[in-house]
Amino acid sequence: MRSFKVGTSTCGVSAGADKVLERLLSLAAESDGAPVAVSETGCIGMCYREPLVEVVDGPERVLYAEMTPEAAERLYRGATRDELEAHVLIEGESGDRDGFLLEQHRIALVNCGHIDPADLDDYLAQDGYAGYRKAVTAMTPEEVVAEIELSGLRGRGGGGFPTGLKWKLSRASAADTKYIVCNADEGDPGAFMDRSLLEGDPHGVLEGMAIAGYAIGACEGHIYIRAEYPRAIRRLEAAIEQATARGLLGRGVFGGEIDFEVHIKQGAGAFVCGEETALIASMEGRRGMPRFRPPYPAERGLFDKPTNINNVETFANVPWIVRNGGAAFAALGTPKSKGTKVFALAGKVVRGGLVEVPMGMTINRLVLGIGGGVREGGRFKAVQLGGPSGGCIPASLGDTPIDYDQLTATGAIMGSGGLVVMDDSTCMVDVARYFLSFTQSESCGKCTFCRIGTKRMLEILEAICAGGGREGDIERLETLGRQISAASLCGLGQTAPNPVLTTIRYFRDEYEAHIRDKRCPAHVCPSLVSYSISEAACTGCGACIKVCPVDAITGRRKELHVLDAEACIRCGRCYTTCQFDAIIKD
Amino acid sequence: MKQMEHVSAPDPPALPAFGRALWRYRGQRGALIPLLQSAQETYGYIPKQAIYEIAGVTGIPPAEVYGVVTFYAQFRLEPQGRYVIRLCTGTACHVNGAPMLEETIEEVLGLKRGETDGERLFTLESVACIGCCSLSPVIMVNDETFGKLDARKLRRLLKRFKKAARQEERG
Ligand SMILES: Cc1cc2nc3c(=O)[nH]c(=O)nc-3n(C[C@H](O)[C@H](O)[C@H](O)COP(=O)(O)O)c2cc1C
Ligand code: SF4
Repeated sequence: MRSFKVGTSTCGVSAGADKVLERLLSLAAESDGAPVAVSETGCIGMCYREPLVEVVDGPERVLYAEMTPEAAERLYRGATRDELEAHVLIEGESGDRDGFLLEQHRIALVNCGHIDPADLDDYLAQDGYAGYRKAVTAMTPEEVVAEIELSGLRGRGGGGFPTGLKWKLSRASAADTKYIVCNADEGDPGAFMDRSLLEGDPHGVLEGMAIAGYAIGACEGHIYIRAEYPRAIRRLEAAIEQATARGLLGRGVFGGEIDFEVHIKQGAGAFVCGEETALIASMEGRRGMPRFRPPYPAERGLFDKPTNINNVETFANVPWIVRNGGAAFAALGTPKSKGTKVFALAGKVVRGGLVEVPMGMTINRLVLGIGGGVREGGRFKAVQLGGPSGGCIPASLGDTPIDYDQLTATGAIMGSGGLVVMDDSTCMVDVARYFLSFTQSESCGKCTFCRIGTKRMLEILEAICAGGGREGDIERLETLGRQISAASLCGLGQTAPNPVLTTIRYFRDEYEAHIRDKRCPAHVCPSLVSYSISEAACTGCGACIKVCPVDAITGRRKELHVLDAEACIRCGRCYTTCQFDAIIKD
Repeated sequence: MKQMEHVSAPDPPALPAFGRALWRYRGQRGALIPLLQSAQETYGYIPKQAIYEIAGVTGIPPAEVYGVVTFYAQFRLEPQGRYVIRLCTGTACHVNGAPMLEETIEEVLGLKRGETDGERLFTLESVACIGCCSLSPVIMVNDETFGKLDARKLRRLLKRFKKAARQEERG
C-alpha cells in the first residue's frame, strides 16, 4: 500500500503543510482505487525546505521537499519521481541531497519526523516503552540511577547539571509524595528544540519522565509547558490518554504495582518561569518569582514536596540510555560532555532547522558544514548560543568544540540549544541591545541589580545605537555587568549581562565605531545610517516621494529625485519602498 | 506594567463555559492560573468580575489575583481587535528584519506593540518566538503565519486585511 506522511509540526504548518495534508486526506477519502494511507509526522529538522512529504511505496521511499497541494496531488495521482525531480530530497537509504543529516547522530530526535506522533503503535514499533518496561521489571531504582550516572548525561535545559546526581539526590529525599516535573517552558527566543520534540515524539518524553518517576519514587509527573505551544499541548494530551488506556501510564503500569500519572500545566508567558523555583511558584498558582536556594527542589519543591525537575530533551535521552546502557551514551562526546546535543539552527544560515550532533563537533562543522554556511553570500561573523543568558562566539573561534566547559571558556554557554548565526549585516551592538531589552522586560523585579541595573545598561546601549554614545560607556557597561552578575538571585539576572560582555569582548571595535565615529558598520542602527539616491538607478517613479513622511525627497516624474540629507529623519521608508534599489544606505 | 483601565468597561454577560471551569477547579491546589486561562479563553480577556468570581471560589484576595494577572504576559485586561497580529521578535526574526516589520505596521496601521485601534479591528502583539525561524521574519495574523516578509510584502498584506476588516465590520 502506498503511504504519504506529511510533516505537520509547527514549522511545517507555518510553511503550508496543513493545506498539503488536507488535499491528500480529501483525495484519499474520495478515491475508490487502491487504498492509500495518509498520516502525519513530526519535524525531521529540515525546516528550510518545508513542507515535506514522504512517500513510501513498497520498498521505495522518497522524501519530497517544498511541497504544494498541487504537487502532492500530482504525486497522489501517480506522477513519477522523475516528474517531481526538483522536489526530491532523500531517496531510499541514501543520505539526503543536502548532506544535512549525514553528520548528525540522533538519540533524542530519533523518532522525530519518522513516526506518527498521534499513533502509540508507531512508537511501540520503535522499541517504545521498552526502556520503561526494562527499568520497572528488570532493574531496581538504584540501578536506573546508576545507569544514568554512568551515561554522563547532563541537564539540557541550560545549566548542565549532572542528571544522575540530581536523581540520586531526589531519590534520597524521604517523603510520602514526590513529583517529577518536565520543564517545557522553552523561553529562549530563538529556540524550538523542546517544542519539536514534544510535537514529534511526545511518548519519548513521557517515557523518560516515567523512568525518572520509578527511579526516584514519584507517582506523579507534571509538564510545565508554554501556552504558546498549542500543537505540542494537543499532542501531549493525546499521548497521555493513549498511554494510560494501554496501561503504560497511570495506575498499576505493566499490570504491576507502580503508579505514574502525568498532568499538563500551561505556563502563562513569563521567561523567568523557566527557572526552577519560579516554575514551582507558577505551578502553585502564584507570581513566578524565583526564591533563594537551598533548599533545592530535590528537597523541597512543588507543594513543599521533593521534586525532580528536568528539561524536555534531558528526559528524551533517558529511554535510549536505559535500553542501550549508560556506557553506550558515554562513548559519544568529549570527556566531560557526553552524548549528543540538539540545536535549533537559525539566523543567517542557509539550512536552518533542527539538528542533533555528537558533543565535540566544532561550531564550524555545524554552521558551515551541516548548516551550509551563510545565506546570500554574506560573511560568517559569529554565532549566538544560549539566547539571553548566553553569548556570541566570533567566527575566529569557530574551532571550539561543542562541550559545556569549552563553550563556557569563550564567555558564552552551551545553553538549551538556540544557535543563531550572524553575518556582516548583523550589528553586534544591536544584538546586545536586543537581548538586554528582553531580559530587562522579563526581570521579575525582586533583585535591585537585576531590575534597575539591566535598565541602566539598556539605556546606555540604546543611547549608543541612537548615536548618543559617550566615551566611557563601554567601561560603564562592563562594570554594571559584573555587578548585576554578582548581585542577582537567579540565573536570569546572573547571566543577563553575558550577551553584552561577550560582544564587547570580541567586537569592541563595533562599539567604538558607534560611540566615536557615530557609524554602524553593519548599517543596522537607524540613526547611524544615511540615505542617498543613486543617479544611475533612479527612474524617477516618485514612489519614495509618496512615502517620505517629512517630504525630504523632491523631483519631477521621470527625472532624477533628490534626497535632502538635512531634512531626512532616517526612517528608511524610501529604502524599503524603492523597487529599483536606487536608495543607497550608508 | 498593565494599568487597571478596564474598570470602566461594561461587564460582559456571564458565560457557561467559565462557570463550568469555576466549578471544576473548585478546591484544587494551584488552580488560579488555569482558571484565569479559562476566563480568558471564554471572554477573550479577563473581565473585572471574573477576578472577583475567581477570588470567591479560590479564597485568594482579589488584589492577589490581580497581581498574578499582571505578572504574566498572556493575560489581557482589555478585549482585542478582530485581527490579532503577532509580531515574532525572536532572535532569528530580529536579525532578519523584525524591527523593519514593526515600523511598517506602525506606518500602515498606526499601532505600537500592545495597542488596539479605536475600532477594535487590529491588535498588535509581540511574541518571543513562534518557532519557524527558517521562515524569518514572520508575523501571525490570528492563526495564519506569514513568513519571509519584507516591508513591501507586508504593506500589501496589511492593506488586504484592512480592507477585509472594514468589510466584515460593515456587513
Ligand atoms: C531565567 C531562566 C530560564 C530558564 N528557562 C528554562 C527553560 O525554558 N527550559 C528549561 O528546561 N530550563 C530552563 N532553565 C533552567 C532550569 O532552571 C533548570 O535548571 C532546568 O529545568 C533543569 O533541568 P535539566 O537539569 O534537565 O537541564 C532556566 C533557568 C533560568 C535561570
Ligand atoms: S535575578 Fe532578576 S529575575 Fe532573578 S530573582 Fe532577581 S530580579 Fe528576579
